[in-house]
Amino acid sequence: MQQIFNFVIKNSNRLLFLLLLVISLSLTIQSHSYHKSKIISSANFFTGGVYENINTIDEYFGLRTKNEELANENARLKMLLFNLKDSVALPKIDSIKGVKKTDILVSKVIHNSYSVLENYLTINNGKTSGIKSNMGVINSAGIVGIIDKTSNNYATVISVLNVKSQINAKIKKSNHFGSLVWNGKNAGFVQLIDVPRLAGVRKGDTIVTGGQSVIFPENIGIGTIEKVYIDNETNYYTLDIKLFNDMTNLGHVYIIKNKDSEEIINLENQNKKNE
Amino acid sequence: MNNASLGNITRFLLLLLAQVMIFNRIDLFGFINPFPYVLFIILYPVNGNKSGLLAASFLLGLSMDMFCNSGGVHAASCLILAFFRPAIFKFSFGLSYEYQTVKLNDVLTPERFSFILIAVVIHHFILFVLEVFKLSFLWDILTRTILSTLFTIITCIIIIYIIKPSKR
Repeated sequence: MQQIFNFVIKNSNRLLFLLLLVISLSLTIQSHSYHKSKIISSANFFTGGVYENINTIDEYFGLRTKNEELANENARLKMLLFNLKDSVALPKIDSIKGVKKTDILVSKVIHNSYSVLENYLTINNGKTSGIKSNMGVINSAGIVGIIDKTSNNYATVISVLNVKSQINAKIKKSNHFGSLVWNGKNAGFVQLIDVPRLAGVRKGDTIVTGGQSVIFPENIGIGTIEKVYIDNETNYYTLDIKLFNDMTNLGHVYIIKNKDSEEIINLENQNKKNE
Repeated sequence: MNNASLGNITRFLLLLLAQVMIFNRIDLFGFINPFPYVLFIILYPVNGNKSGLLAASFLLGLSMDMFCNSGGVHAASCLILAFFRPAIFKFSFGLSYEYQTVKLNDVLTPERFSFILIAVVIHHFILFVLEVFKLSFLWDILTRTILSTLFTIITCIIIIYIIKPSKR
């Protein structure tokens, strides 16, 4: 017993080091797997508050461009309103229930990152505004990401510029589906993988979200095809896509709340249980 | 609460805030950020409490992780740097470093520079390895380590000169 005590006292620093190292490494490993939620995230009271304070100063530098963006979007929405025949981007009305399936919440990005492989944004609305994880986040130009972790007043968003993110998308012209991923190299480009060889793809074609997930509604803009190449391993197309969004400069974003998502997920889970 | 620990606490808070508010937002060429918050571990008193240093570096890294949403990568790399700090001291200043009064925040000598260089390289390499977590990105890890190290060392030296101007 005496010897054990002596050992512990003699090596107390080393033991402390090992203990803390195990904690930090397990946090690291956990953060690299998609499905486990993060314990250490910037969606807490302290970090969220700091970021919000920085953001109030930061905002002044971008007021002009933000105003221009809003004016442009207003002009586009007015145009849609006056030319109701043009139904391209009108919110879909559910034909059976007659109510809109999706709700849109407005929020503001208070912290943005795009220089590492796993990028997260922090926004200044959280649970109290009805934001839950796995909701889609877009802005006027196109998609931004998916809500990851929420606290009462803040939430983190997995950006499309995150090697863990995988979003269902399709080619607007031909309706061929693929998965949207990021290879971690350039903040202006993402990749659409697993596009079948049958699909006729050409440089400049528009890529939009596919309707196969409950997170994003159909036909939200993502970007245009910049480069096409064939994956040697899978023999599918891989497309380089230039994002509509400038991910390095984000202001206000919209959060898409699909009212049916819970129902759909419950239903799918039941199926899984039965199998 | 003596003078030294008070100084440590203020350094901890100031470096953390400066890192989050200024240095994390530089993004030179889109991906290079300096991490001068490691100065806390570098400037910690030489014969200060060792377990205190380990715990403080862990906390510092953990708060950085909170701000960067990066799991535990900063915590792990800070902790490893703090643990190997005596060994780096021994390497840069010779065996008897504990008996001399080694002062780091002073005019730059080759010994001091080599100490800062080795410390920053160790920290950044572990940081980027853990952050990327894939060996297929090895070149990415190496370029990021080298470029960020350069940038960090320049900022560290500037900060040291700003907070401790030479007396003569």
